Amino acid sequence: MNLEFSAESLEIRDQGRRFLAGQTCLPKVRAALDGGGIDNAALWQGIVAQGWTGAAIPEEYGGHGIGYEALCVIAEELGRSLAPVPFASTAFLAAEALMLAGSEEQKEAWLPKLASGEATGTFALSEGPGAIAPGAVKARFADGRLSGTKWPVPDGDTADIAIVAARDADGRIVQVLVDLGAEGVTRGTLDTLDPSRPQARLDFDGAPAQVLQSNEDPWETVLSLLDRAAILTAFEEVGGAQACLDMATAYAKERMAFGRPIGSNQAIKHKLADVFVALELARSNAYMGALGLTSGERDLTLAAATARVSSIQAFTLAASENIQTHGGIGFTWEADPQLYYRRAGALALTNGTLGFWKDRLVTALERRDAA
Amino acid sequence: MDLEDTKAEAEYRAKVRAFLDAHAEKRVRGAAPAPSRGIDAEALTRAKAWQAKKAEAGFAGIRWPEEWGGQGGGPIEEVIYTQEEAKYTVPRGVFEIGLGMCLPTMIAYATKEQLERYTGPALRGEEVWCQLFSEPASGSDLAGLRTRAVRDGDEWVINGQKIWTSGAHLSDYGILLTRTDPTVPKHKGLTMFFIDMHAPGVEVRPIHQMSGASHFNEVFFTDLRVPDAHRLGAVGDGWRVALTTLMNERLAVGDEPRPDVEDLIAFLEEFEIDGVPAIRTPVVRDRLADIYARSAGVKSARFRAITALSRGETPGPEASIGRLVNAMKQQEIARLALELMGAGGMVSDPETALRAGSFQQSLLAAPGQRIAGGTSEILRNIIAERVLGLPGDPRVDKDVPFQDIGRGRS
Repeated sequence: MNLEFSAESLEIRDQGRRFLAGQTCLPKVRAALDGGGIDNAALWQGIVAQGWTGAAIPEEYGGHGIGYEALCVIAEELGRSLAPVPFASTAFLAAEALMLAGSEEQKEAWLPKLASGEATGTFALSEGPGAIAPGAVKARFADGRLSGTKWPVPDGDTADIAIVAARDADGRIVQVLVDLGAEGVTRGTLDTLDPSRPQARLDFDGAPAQVLQSNEDPWETVLSLLDRAAILTAFEEVGGAQACLDMATAYAKERMAFGRPIGSNQAIKHKLADVFVALELARSNAYMGALGLTSGERDLTLAAATARVSSIQAFTLAASENIQTHGGIGFTWEADPQLYYRRAGALALTNGTLGFWKDRLVTALERRDAA
Repeated sequence: MDLEDTKAEAEYRAKVRAFLDAHAEKRVRGAAPAPSRGIDAEALTRAKAWQAKKAEAGFAGIRWPEEWGGQGGGPIEEVIYTQEEAKYTVPRGVFEIGLGMCLPTMIAYATKEQLERYTGPALRGEEVWCQLFSEPASGSDLAGLRTRAVRDGDEWVINGQKIWTSGAHLSDYGILLTRTDPTVPKHKGLTMFFIDMHAPGVEVRPIHQMSGASHFNEVFFTDLRVPDAHRLGAVGDGWRVALTTLMNERLAVGDEPRPDVEDLIAFLEEFEIDGVPAIRTPVVRDRLADIYARSAGVKSARFRAITALSRGETPGPEASIGRLVNAMKQQEIARLALELMGAGGMVSDPETALRAGSFQQSLLAAPGQRIAGGTSEILRNIIAERVLGLPGDPRVDKDVPFQDIGRGRS
C-alpha cells in the first residue's frame, strides 16, 4: 500500500510552496480585482524556470516527462497561493487535449511551445450559461473553418491556441485546434467572479482550424479530458481549501472576544473541525485520482468524479467558513478571505459543476456494476 | 503510488485468506446483513468458538507480544487481517474491547503472574473482558466519575455505578476506573483496577436500546472487595492508565456498519420507481453521489494511514475523520433507502420488509453511532484542539477539588 507522493514529488511540492510564497501572489490577485490587470510576467517566467509547464509533457515533445504526481502537487500549490497565471488552462486542458487526441504534427507543433512556456493554450467548450452536454455545442466547423461563439473561455484573452468543441457539417461533435492569433478570431474580456483568472469571449468567423483526430467518439474524448482535468482541479481546490482553513485557524487563535480567543468556543471549533473533515475527504479522494493518473489507467471517471465532488464541496465550505470565522472584517474589500471565496466560487463552475460531477460519479458506478 | 502490498504483506494476506476461506462464509454484496439484536447464549458460543479458531491459527492478539501468546506483529498485520475478515460473515462484537483495549492495558500494568493467568484464556475466547469507564454523570467528561474505592487494609471497597458498558452481561472480567481521592482535582484522584465480574457485589443490568437491541449494560457495585494486588498503576494515576486504554481504542474501532454504501448502491440499482431503476432518478443520484464521495474519502484516508503504518510511521490526523463521517452517513444511507420505499418503508418486519428490514433496523441503530465511543461533538473538539491547535474549552472545574465541583442532573 502506497497512497502517498514520492519523495521527489514532495520535494517539488515544498520547493514550489517556497517559490510561490516569495512571489507576492495575493497582492497580484488583489491588483487584478482592483482593475489593475495582471502583472504576472515574472511569475510566469519563474514557473517556467521551475519546469512546471513541461512537467507532464513527454521529453520527445520538449517536456520534462516528470509525470502526473508532480503536476498534482504543483496544482495544489497553485491553488494554495491563488497564483494568477494561465497554468491550468495550458497544462490541464490544452496540453492534455493535444496529448489525448492530437496528431503527430499537431503535437510536434505545439507541445514543445507549451512545455517551454513560450505559448499558452486553452480549451473552449461553453457557449454561454448551461450545463456541459453535447447538445450545447453549436459552433460549426466546415471546410477547415470554424464559426461560432465560445464563452467563458479560461485565459482566452491571452492564450495562443485553443482546442474548441464544435460540430462538423454532418452535425457530429469534433474537437478542433485554432491558432487564436489567426484571422477570423475576435477576443473580448469578461467581468467575472474572479478577475485573477480571466475568462474571455471568443468569436470565430471562419477562423482556420484543424480537426483533432480521435480513435473514440469525440464527445467521449471531451469527457476524458474533463476527467483528467478534474483530478488536477481537485488538487487546486484542496490547496485553496487548506489555505482557507489555515487562515481561519490562525485568526481564531488570535482574535479575542469575551476575554478569550474565539477559537476556544465550540461554535468556532466545530465549524473548523467540519472544514478539516471535508478537506481530508477531498484530499484523500484526490490522492486516489492521482493514483489513477500516474498508473495510466484509461478509465478515470469514478476516481475523477469522486475527487471533484469532494473538492468542490471542501473549497466552497472552507472559503465560506473562513469569512464567517473572520466576522465583519472578513466581509470587507480589503481583507483577503474574499480572494479565496471568489476563487472557490469560480472554480466550482470550472470544468464541470458539482451537479455535473455527481451525475458522472453515479454513471461511473452504474458502468462499474454493469461490467 | 500503488495500492499493492509489499511482498511480506502479500504473503501475510494470503495466509489470512487461506484461513478465512477454510473457516468462514464470504459476504454477499447487497444481501441483507443479519439483524443485530444483541448477543444471546448461542451467539456467544459461536463467537467463542470462532475466537478459539483464530487463536489456534495465529490470528488472535496480532499486535500482542509473543511472550503473552500474541503474534508480535505490527499494526499493518492487524489492518490486513481486519480488511480481509470484513469480507466474510463471522461473529463479531464480543472480544474487540477485551483484546483490543482491556488486555493491552493489563499488559502495560499487570504483574507477570497475572498476565500468565489472564492473557491465554482471553486470547482463546474462554474469558470475556469489558471496560467499566462511563457513568451516568460522566460520559464525555469521563474524569468526572464518582464510583468510589476506599482502602481497607490489603483490599479496596468499591461502591457506585457504571453505564454503557458494552458486553458486561457476557463478561468474566473487567477493568474499572474509580475515584480514590475526591479532595484533589478530578483527573488526579482516579485509580484503575481489574475485577471479577462474577464476584459478590457486582450486579449487571442490560440496557434496552431504542433499536431494540441490548449491547450495553448498567453495572452496580455494592461493597465490592478488590485486592490491592488487582490495582493497575499507582494510586491516583488512573487517568494515565485510562489513556493507555483509550489510545488503543482508535485502532480497535473501525468497522463500517451495514447496510453500507455498497449495499445501498445494489438496492438502488434493483429497486424501481415507476418501472425505472431508482438509481436513474436525478434526486437519488444527487444524494447517492454525496454519500459515495464521503465513503470513498474515508476509505482513501484509511489507505493513507495504512501507507504510513506500512512504512513504520505514525498515521497523520486524517485517520481521525472516519468515525465522525461514518456516524452521520449511516443515517443518510438508511433514510434514502426508506424514502424510496414510501409508506412501505415503515414496515420493519423482516418477513415482509425489503432486504429483511435491515435499512429500518439501521435507521434505529444509527443514533447510537454518533454517541458511542466518544460523541461526534467530542470528536470535533479533539480535531480542533489536537489537530488544528485551537485553545481548549474554558474549564470551570479545573484545579478545583473534585468534591467541590457543582453537580447537575445525571
